Amino acid sequence: MMATKFKVLLVAATLVFACQLAAKEPLIFMNPEQEARYNELTLELRCLVCQNQNLADSDAPLAQDLRKEIYDMMQAGRSNEEIKTFMVDRYGDFVLYKPPVQGNTLALWLAPAVLLLLGGVVVVLIIRKRTRMFAEHKKESQ
Amino acid sequence: MIGRLLPIFLFVLLGILLAVGLKIADHKTEIPSPLIGKMLPEFSLPVLGQEDVIITQDDLIGEPFLLNVWASWCVTCRVEHPFIEQLAASGKLKVIGLNYRDEETDALAWLQHFGNPYAMNIADLPGRTAIDLGVYAAPESFLVDPAGRIVFKQIGAVTPEVIENEILPRVREMGSEQP
Repeated sequence: MMATKFKVLLVAATLVFACQLAAKEPLIFMNPEQEARYNELTLELRCLVCQNQNLADSDAPLAQDLRKEIYDMMQAGRSNEEIKTFMVDRYGDFVLYKPPVQGNTLALWLAPAVLLLLGGVVVVLIIRKRTRMFAEHKKESQ
Repeated sequence: MIGRLLPIFLFVLLGILLAVGLKIADHKTEIPSPLIGKMLPEFSLPVLGQEDVIITQDDLIGEPFLLNVWASWCVTCRVEHPFIEQLAASGKLKVIGLNYRDEETDALAWLQHFGNPYAMNIADLPGRTAIDLGVYAAPESFLVDPAGRIVFKQIGAVTPEVIENEILPRVREMGSEQP
């Protein structure tokens, strides 16, 4: 009984693994650092076809082409910045999952800080009001 | 008073935000091309069906033309095909085909079946030049001026409206600028 369960689990685990590998071509890297760089880059760049997937996860033909392109550029010794510039020159800032800080993205970058600040102000105001109410209530009951 | 109006104010603000979001979502899948205003990228590709005839960007530059990216597997290409044919037949603009990520036999059969309006068809079977053009789906069409600059890009089907409102006015402008 235990053995059967284990077998089922093993098959399931293999299947999950197979799915994750589906969108990857077998590539040979010069060193582990290069492989890590490749994985990082394909995670950060958007697949233009699916648009809500990154290049690492997508199985679209264009994503395969672009992964190959990135791999070739890395083999040619190009830096991450150069590879990103290559992509932005062709597909625009949209291709970057992490948009650069510039004029038209300022709101995007600053909004979380502004909202956090606003929330903080509201919390402080509520605490002050409650403390005052509590103090008055205490005075009245005495 | 202000306390009572605040929720209404916030509600209106949220409404505006969502309305703008919906409006943007209409065109969300269309990515503005950074190539507008730039020169046609360099390439060196064979003519479809004639592997030994190599075409480069310099062979095309000199007169305005529409570079239409198509493939036999592309369904929307069939939709726009009659309009591409009309445009080419009108003689108002030269249309060059860029056969994208296709099989040569399929592409040639497609042209035989649906008709061939193209002054020339360039075969980008590996899709490498299409990457330089920032193509991410077919069909896409690039309007190129006589200097070889990309002045307009249509993502998706070229319709009669696109031809009348976007493409032909720009071609007429090019004509008036020439000495």
